[in-house]
Amino acid sequence: MRSPRAATVVLLVCLLALALLPLVAEKYYIQLFTKMMIMAIFAMSLDLLVGYSGLVSLGHAAFFGLAGYSLAFAAPQYEAANLWLSLPLAMAGSGLLALVIGVLVLRTSGIYFIMVTLAFAQMVFFLFHDTKIAGGADGIYVYAKPVAAIAGWEPFTLENHTQFYFVVLVLLVLVYAFLRMLLASLFGRVIVGIRVNEQRMRSLGYRTFRYKLACFTIAGALAGMAGYFAAAQFGFVSPDILGWHQSGGVLMMVILGGMGTLNGAILGAFAMMLLELGFQGLPAMGGVDIGKHWQLLMGGFIVFAVLLLPHGLLGLGRLASRLLRKPAEEAADG
Amino acid sequence: MADAVLRTERLTKHFGGLAAVNDVSLEFYTDQIHAVIGPNGAGKTTLTSLLSGDLVSTSGSIYLDGEDIAGLSADRISQRGVGRSYQKTNIFLPFTAFENCRLAAQSRLPSSMRFTRPALRYADVSREALRALAEVGLEHRAQEPAAALSHGEQRQLEIAMTLATRPRILLLDEPLAGMGGEESARMVELLQKLKCAHAMMLVEHDMDAVFALADRLTVMVNGSVLESGTPDQIRASAAVQEAYLGSEEQHS
Repeated sequence: MRSPRAATVVLLVCLLALALLPLVAEKYYIQLFTKMMIMAIFAMSLDLLVGYSGLVSLGHAAFFGLAGYSLAFAAPQYEAANLWLSLPLAMAGSGLLALVIGVLVLRTSGIYFIMVTLAFAQMVFFLFHDTKIAGGADGIYVYAKPVAAIAGWEPFTLENHTQFYFVVLVLLVLVYAFLRMLLASLFGRVIVGIRVNEQRMRSLGYRTFRYKLACFTIAGALAGMAGYFAAAQFGFVSPDILGWHQSGGVLMMVILGGMGTLNGAILGAFAMMLLELGFQGLPAMGGVDIGKHWQLLMGGFIVFAVLLLPHGLLGLGRLASRLLRKPAEEAADG
Repeated sequence: MADAVLRTERLTKHFGGLAAVNDVSLEFYTDQIHAVIGPNGAGKTTLTSLLSGDLVSTSGSIYLDGEDIAGLSADRISQRGVGRSYQKTNIFLPFTAFENCRLAAQSRLPSSMRFTRPALRYADVSREALRALAEVGLEHRAQEPAAALSHGEQRQLEIAMTLATRPRILLLDEPLAGMGGEESARMVELLQKLKCAHAMMLVEHDMDAVFALADRLTVMVNGSVLESGTPDQIRASAAVQEAYLGSEEQHS
């Protein structure tokens, strides 16, 4: 058995490393890790659905992207949005969209659920793509980062990339803690029960639809948090952040890291983005520009990982800890 | 005699052209075990599913305390005090035996839309879960994953989960199926004890247990009630002899 203490130590070491990173890293890497942490929040929000509730959504980018657009709307032209107002509004907007879509899609399950989540997300995509609401297919700029002013006092500024990094790090920890709390609560036990055996949950007296809908809404709002900061960091929003590519990408992060574990979702997000960079950076060999075809390598890696690591990259850690423990146990027995 | 807690009136369920349950009118009273027997395919499990809300009837009524509940969803019927156990073990395999019962007991809280306090801090719920486990004799296995339990123990867990929802009416679909002799005896003893506070429908193939427990017996054949009465009446019935009990003796 894996001792929970070892996992906690690993987790704290990772957190410490993230907290110390800005002291040693250049701006480029600080921004890269900021982006990775934003995607980790996005991946955790999807894992709440895929890994814990058993709801495989292929339309999660709709909630991510909508919040990005919310920020763009809240910051017209060169005026900066107020963080304390626009962030809750953006999350509420994404949550509301999730509530509405959830009422419709949660009546289906299995492959149909995957299809209708995709269909609704594509509807949102084409709403922004084909109309002039926010620059259509060209997208829209977010010129100024949101300001965190409370009555004239600014505790931090997102214009500074290091401060932006720490804000996102704090949010990553908060979302992680929030989800841990949620999963240990009465509500959390119910949604995991629904994943394992929904019919039995109904016969025990649970109105499962309500719990799934609440879960879908919470996941949508959290995806919104990630989308808001992604837009704030990048300074630009286009329909691509709502598209199925984005939904598929985050789903791959969750699967790669290990479904049904928050640590896995974070690990998957980090691993995917680092791999992408690594593959892109490969030099040309024998006249073939490998880096340009990084997606081919990535696809191969994903197939490899899914086949060999049914529990995702996190399963690798478990395997390692078991191998490390074995000789020790044998020594103790002998 | 007091009014029936649960009563069906001309209850019918069609699957396409097949009448799985046909015109069944039965009554269930507190302090009584009403056993339903019949050959395979007689419609016993379908009848159970109609009463628990897992299936919706084609026609007819189900009265719970005088109120028609036919057409209500399974969760609402459960909340009204009807507890069902399944013939095919229907539990949460990855969870511990305790968590299976804890979830069942949790369902009796007014709402599980509670997001902050850890579930394990609801002491009443945990106590109720342990009580149900103790009742079926599984308390020593509480922390085992349900998947690691033996078949007989899983059957016991199935009953414990139903008990943890504190039902007034128990619908037990072959609770003894696949149980060893000792487990079986223990279960029969438990059912005898539960009779005082519950109305009980018992679908069972074990005739020794049925005749030991039942206050009232209904024999179903091809979806219809062939005969309904006291165990002595059923034993004496010529129709039953011919259609069911007799034929089984010939086989054996």
